[in-house]
Amino acid sequence: MDAFLHQVLAGLATGGIYASLALALVMIYQSTHLVNFAQGEMAMFATYFAWSLINAGVPYWPAFFLTVIFAFVLGVVIERVVIRPVENAPVLAVVVVFIALLVILNSVTGWIFSYTIKTFPSPFPAEPIFGKYMSAHEAGAIGVTLVVLTLLYLFFRYTPLGLAMRAAAQNPDSARLVGIRVGWMLALGWGLAAAIGGIAGMMVAPIVYLDPNMMGGILLYAFAAALVGGIDSPGGAVLGGFMVGVLENVLGAFVIGNELKLVVALVLIIGVLTVKPSGFFGKVFVTRV
Amino acid sequence: MTRRQLIPIAILLLVACALPLVVSNYRVFQFNLVLVYAIALLGLNILTGYNGQISLGHGAFYAIGAYCAAILMDKYGVPYWATLPVAAVVCLVVGFLFGLPALRLEGLYLALATFALGVSLPHLLKYHHLEKWTGGVQGIVIAKPDPPFGLPINADQWLYYFTLAVAILMFLLAWNLLRGRVGRALVAIRDNHIATEAMGVNNAMFKSLAFGVSAMYTGVAGALGAIAIQYVAPDSFNIFVSIVFLVGIVIGGLASISGAIYGALFIQFVPNIADEISKAAPWAIFGIFLIGFVYLMPMGIAGAVRMGLARLQRKAQNK
Repeated sequence: MDAFLHQVLAGLATGGIYASLALALVMIYQSTHLVNFAQGEMAMFATYFAWSLINAGVPYWPAFFLTVIFAFVLGVVIERVVIRPVENAPVLAVVVVFIALLVILNSVTGWIFSYTIKTFPSPFPAEPIFGKYMSAHEAGAIGVTLVVLTLLYLFFRYTPLGLAMRAAAQNPDSARLVGIRVGWMLALGWGLAAAIGGIAGMMVAPIVYLDPNMMGGILLYAFAAALVGGIDSPGGAVLGGFMVGVLENVLGAFVIGNELKLVVALVLIIGVLTVKPSGFFGKVFVTRV
Repeated sequence: MTRRQLIPIAILLLVACALPLVVSNYRVFQFNLVLVYAIALLGLNILTGYNGQISLGHGAFYAIGAYCAAILMDKYGVPYWATLPVAAVVCLVVGFLFGLPALRLEGLYLALATFALGVSLPHLLKYHHLEKWTGGVQGIVIAKPDPPFGLPINADQWLYYFTLAVAILMFLLAWNLLRGRVGRALVAIRDNHIATEAMGVNNAMFKSLAFGVSAMYTGVAGALGAIAIQYVAPDSFNIFVSIVFLVGIVIGGLASISGAIYGALFIQFVPNIADEISKAAPWAIFGIFLIGFVYLMPMGIAGAVRMGLARLQRKAQNK
């Protein structure tokens, strides 16, 4: 029972990270109906930025916030420069551009920082809390996820800019007619998504260590989380993230062994897409023929 | 096929046949891999280029084909040439089965599902209950086949000719498949699936068929690749293999048979040149080329060649 509880709590902690990245995916999906395959690599790149700041002697929290700003700018620039020209292109072209971004970010990081694995510090104390069930970093990661989620909710619910962004995502044409600059709202959405991804990267790096390929598996879990929750539902993505985290940890520890953990993500993705493509909380789309 | 199309093909075949006699053994090995990649790219092009179903996980079928060949040769002593039909059938079945749920997925979602397949397959190959066959993380080492009938060529040259023969057969089959009713149906489904359905084409059947045939091509390529490299291991089939294939078809030319050859040459030789700059450079260059081609040359090298030839022809007629 102890071991089970431990796995569930550890699953909640990694689940929080999947939830953040899933949230980033959902944000971009909501406004553009695209799934950003480069989301993980963008997060990884931002985490490397944080690492070099911390190595240069900047204390953790200033480095954290500087990284969030850096990731935001990176997201906006990528949207403006790379994604905008293919906005109305066929899906294949867009997917190819995303994959190109993925490999470019991956190789540029390898080029600048080398492929050797690095440790990344955690802002939380080393000793476990809640007895032996959970490390302080795991609890902290869950906390950070919940704070980010709350801030996002408040932003979209109560600020004029948040309202404008929702309008631009829901109905671009009408939004444009009332004077919202839809193109910039998309860029802001990319920026926010990249910032959230950056936070997820900084939270996961102390657990998986820092290397250019660290996000491959995590991105897959985030896809699974976003799909389980419903790819157009932010709340669903967060819940999906925690569910996937717990499921993956418990199944990995007791049922199928650690090697097949990623296959859980594959089965979840294909299962959800074929049985219930809208996920638990997503809107069901009906296309007229 | 008109005479104008036949002449370049004949020249290409002559060059391909003469090549191993004039270049070093290492180059022969590299050109052998070009042929292997060409078959794999042709497979992916049937699915993504002609039928419009995006696959980011074709490395998985390549891996399955490679493992089929390696396991049969290593554990059961099957001769190398006999592993190809087995790899083909296994991949055809696996691809067809994967294509069935994929029927319900369109565009982006299919890309997602196949991406998941490509990322997770190496982990499945490492699974310890399968270690008996797959050799786990260590993989399997296989022996290089000797040239038969006492031919006066070395093993690399023989393997090259063997691969060339298989490649010619596969290209002929694909050309035959794509130029007729099936090819038209595939393209029509890509361009407007509703109209195609209304014309009486069985979309579901053709789409799963395209998936199966595409996986079969890539699987045969995987088996040939394993025989050429003489080694398979889970980590050599990570998601980047699938991405390399995508790079190959986009740069070679979507929905074009000759594009597979251009793409194969590109993915084999450009990393070799770029490697001299940095270990990371090949991928940065792949990425930049991908974006550049999507923006500037969406039809790839094959499309550019076609356009260039047409322009020359017009000029000749105007004179």
